[in-house]
Amino acid sequence: MTVAAQTLPASEAEERSSGDRQVQVTGGGRRAVLTTPLTYALLAVIAIIYIFPFLIQIATSFKTDSDAANNPVSLVPANWTTATYETLFGGGLDFPLWAMNSIIVTVCVTIGRVLFCSMAGYALARLHFRGRGVVYAGIIAVMAVPGVVLLIPKFLVVNQLGIYDTYAGMIVPLLVDAAGVFIMKNFFESIPVSVEEAARIDGAGVFRTFWSVVLPMARPAVITLVILAFQGSWNELSHFVVSAQDPDLYTLTKGVATLAAGGQGQAQQFPLKLGAAALMTIPVALMFFAFQRKIMSTAEGAEKG
Amino acid sequence: MSSRGSGNIRGRESVAGWLFTAPALIILGLFLALPVLMAAWVSVSDWRGQGSPFSSSVGFVGAENYRGILSEEGGLQTRDFGTALRNNFWYVVLVVPTQTALSLFLAVLVNKKALRGRGFFRTAFYFPSVTSSVAIVILFLFLFAGGGAVNRALSWVGINGPNWFADPRGVLHVILGVFGVDEAPGFLADNSLLSLSWWDWLAGPSIAMSALILLAVFTTSGTFMLLFIAALQNLSGEVQEAALLDGASGWQRFRYVTLPLVRPTLFTVLTLGLIGAWQVFDQIFVGTQGGPAKTTITPAYLSYTSSFLNNRWGQGAAIAFILFAIIVVLTVIQRWVLRERTTVPKRKRFVPADTAAVGSTR
Repeated sequence: MTVAAQTLPASEAEERSSGDRQVQVTGGGRRAVLTTPLTYALLAVIAIIYIFPFLIQIATSFKTDSDAANNPVSLVPANWTTATYETLFGGGLDFPLWAMNSIIVTVCVTIGRVLFCSMAGYALARLHFRGRGVVYAGIIAVMAVPGVVLLIPKFLVVNQLGIYDTYAGMIVPLLVDAAGVFIMKNFFESIPVSVEEAARIDGAGVFRTFWSVVLPMARPAVITLVILAFQGSWNELSHFVVSAQDPDLYTLTKGVATLAAGGQGQAQQFPLKLGAAALMTIPVALMFFAFQRKIMSTAEGAEKG
Repeated sequence: MSSRGSGNIRGRESVAGWLFTAPALIILGLFLALPVLMAAWVSVSDWRGQGSPFSSSVGFVGAENYRGILSEEGGLQTRDFGTALRNNFWYVVLVVPTQTALSLFLAVLVNKKALRGRGFFRTAFYFPSVTSSVAIVILFLFLFAGGGAVNRALSWVGINGPNWFADPRGVLHVILGVFGVDEAPGFLADNSLLSLSWWDWLAGPSIAMSALILLAVFTTSGTFMLLFIAALQNLSGEVQEAALLDGASGWQRFRYVTLPLVRPTLFTVLTLGLIGAWQVFDQIFVGTQGGPAKTTITPAYLSYTSSFLNNRWGQGAAIAFILFAIIVVLTVIQRWVLRERTTVPKRKRFVPADTAAVGSTR
């Protein structure tokens, strides 16, 4: 409240409020300040509830099985062990292979989505061609179809095309994301046409203009797309469940999921599972912290648009 | 742009337009539109997963698959589908309002300008949303294990926690049991829908499902919080200030100033939440595989097991279509209901009908 009052240009403030009102506003500000200790306490409690599970996850991955079972809340392992990570990287598990597959899929999907979504978004925003309205309506319609409903249908097509149990089957269906097209279209509509017009008048072809003028200008939206595509494909599970069954093609999500299902009933092996879960979270966490500011305002921008 | 274009440029643009959209169109068509048509055929065929569903040996069975799911009295498939619907229904009923209320609450809390550490709190609340469902489910399996962290924490306040993921008791049944109602009253036990007695429909979510409900709220509240923050930032401080000057209390300001202004976002969050909550799959696949006692099977998961594990592809596809229909219908109903109620605010309910009508056409 006080910050707002300070940043208000003096003339504007004078114009809009009498001195009497100013006093009132400060009064309101004081009331707001009074409520803060309670707000902070509440926020702190909620924040602990949100963060603590992840701390437990990391701590437990350094515990022994019995320690994890006996002291599930403790953040300090009774006797530190890196057995979890030795098993994951050196033991009988294919963890490195799963990580490799996840990286392959994520890189391909991210590149594909950036390229294809920005091309389609650009065409829908800027190029005039017959059928544009229909194409746009189609893409919006596709966005409305819930993904889980498509599990069996996707398998049918992948199987019919003969790409079941291949990287192609895992990657190609994810290469375009209707929401990504939508984001890029909105972005291109929000930037002025003058620069590309200049390029076009200078005789550059449509593709040249797109590649060397438009795409570099679209950097903020491209970063948004990269974040969404990376996070989406790294965390994807259901599509990989229906598009492949070969253990050599397991991604981290699928591999770790089998790990989770396998140990039930018998020895729980929670340190191992939690260690694997923690490791697979690292790339998205890094991505998140690197682009934190961007991600927070991305959602805001998307909602405005 | 149109005023400038010569025929030549227009022609080139047309070609370029189609070239630029071609990859997106081909992939979306091939992997989103075409599959729906193929699945429509499979849902009325007797394909069992061998060979191509389009080979001549596959027969047309009409609505047989749908009948098997929806109206085979006493049939296992009907009962499973009824159970899945029941489970997911309670899941939706609890998840959607809770995550919406919590995310709005968090957004209002962290949107205060004077708040120190806003960034930290936002990060903390949003972080669960970026991690993979697989990792979160594993974490919850550990936290909610019989002797896990949650029960340990509950024991500090004297509560003896259940063995969450192994407990098939319905929460409502448990509550009724506390009041001495342990058996179904006659009419509830005798009547059934989709081969599931009314009493079973009223079981509420199982204890195991409740843990998954908490998981869903934990992971989605951050995302929706961001949407609400965006909406709150669009509100001008002046309106809040004016309300403050008028002596409105904190709750009044929230109810009569903030809430009406974030209404469009509220629509979005409720709709997205509803659509998402009917699609629970990952959590079941990784965490419970439908157990205990089938109390966590959902239509999405049942569609998967029917097809991939039991080779009843026709029924699996039929379940997917029914689920699609449910989502579409509920979304339409929800939008309609919310629009009616919110365009005519409570305090205006008693104004003459024509005034109200003017209000609702806005």
